[in-house]
Amino acid sequence: MTLESADRAAIPGIGPPLWLLAELTYRCPLHCVFCYNPVDFARDETEISTDDWLRVLREARDLGAVQCGFSGGEPLQRADLELLVAEARRLGYYTNLLTSGIGLSQARVVALKQAGLDHIQLSFQDSTREVNDFLSSTRTFDLKRQAAALIKSQGFPMVMNCVIHRMNIDHLDRIIELAVELDAEYLELANTQFYSWAHVNREHLLPTREQLQRAEATTNRWREKLGTKMKLFFVVPDYYESRPKKCMNGWGNVFLTITPDGTALPCHTARMLPGLAFPNVRDMSVHDIWHVSEGFNRYRGTDWMKEPCRSCAEREKDLGGCRCQAYMLTQDPAMADPVCDKSPHHGVILDIVEKAQKRQDTVEARPLVFRNRKESKELARPF
Amino acid sequence: MAIDAASVPRIGKGFRLQWEAAQNAHVLLYPEGMVKLNGSAGEILTRCDGATPVQAIVADLEQRFSTSGLDNDVCAFLAMAQENRWVEFA
Repeated sequence: MTLESADRAAIPGIGPPLWLLAELTYRCPLHCVFCYNPVDFARDETEISTDDWLRVLREARDLGAVQCGFSGGEPLQRADLELLVAEARRLGYYTNLLTSGIGLSQARVVALKQAGLDHIQLSFQDSTREVNDFLSSTRTFDLKRQAAALIKSQGFPMVMNCVIHRMNIDHLDRIIELAVELDAEYLELANTQFYSWAHVNREHLLPTREQLQRAEATTNRWREKLGTKMKLFFVVPDYYESRPKKCMNGWGNVFLTITPDGTALPCHTARMLPGLAFPNVRDMSVHDIWHVSEGFNRYRGTDWMKEPCRSCAEREKDLGGCRCQAYMLTQDPAMADPVCDKSPHHGVILDIVEKAQKRQDTVEARPLVFRNRKESKELARPF
Repeated sequence: MAIDAASVPRIGKGFRLQWEAAQNAHVLLYPEGMVKLNGSAGEILTRCDGATPVQAIVADLEQRFSTSGLDNDVCAFLAMAQENRWVEFA
């Protein structure tokens, strides 16, 4: 999420978990090739109860959480979604629904409005039916357009989200036109970050440098044209950066994810990290999870850092980048994020980027792997 | 539109202003984001109720804080707020 501060006073100690992401379920009618759910999501599909969620909402709000995202999988798969939204709204959260739009009927959109839902983020996979339906392995493009109309009919502010990658980045003009046509207030052009299923499919998804430069120019042209009518966010794929992102705004700093089975995580992919037992809301209060648990303290602040981060002048700026990326690419979660060109492992990133410059038809890629239960069970690995 | 003494601001569509005890501040909430407001921004925005014109907001603030000449500061803030869609004008 975007965090802006109109005053500069530092908050001492551990601040509140401002952002609560409630991943209600891993069930999803789509099979997107870049899904950020764990690759082994089908290993355990336990879901905590409505009462557990109600307690989590109350406890996190008591700690100062103020943004609540209902996500998944597809959160509309949970029949208690409206009830949870109503309680979150009553508690004073700004409530966000992050959905593919599949399952959003007239009756449900009205019920969500009555429950007090503040905003809906609707995902598209592309501006065309062909690519959207191919990438999600479904026939959902027309359903998504219908969902957009339902969302607007209830007066919700709508964020359109489109994950951007090698196969759709050249359609950016048409993707932005679609957002204008659907009357979205915000458009997130989220370049794929390479975790989970996107990591499995990386060779197919990482764009070329030239594609990326064109896309940025296109985005800037539209920003000028649209002015304040629609806000465009363009998230750069960090493989093309020389400094890492301040991942999740810092470990255990503002962000709290609760997974479908009640496991609490500092980010939605942290479960992959070895040697860390993350707490479950069925065993521990949200207060103790946030303040006391080992999982949330391990990479908080800067004390855990190794060189070159430890003595780096920029260590507070990016907090060493992403622990999952460090683990995936260096096998050690306490290393510098290899996106950083000061990392001794930066060559790993350069090699990957170099390979991506080759033309698509010369890449000897394995077939695309679609996110589904069968693949999940066969792969049986976290990323 | 240009902001003048008769303009009537209200909180922008999709934004919500509320007091957050945990942050000891007013915050503006919007889709997936939050602006933590400093004291003066909070004082101005809590008065943007869609019924009170800018001149009355200024007068109220001047009385509340026993000062004068706030109109330029308030208008400059509201112009910035409008740019960010935090406020709209009726």
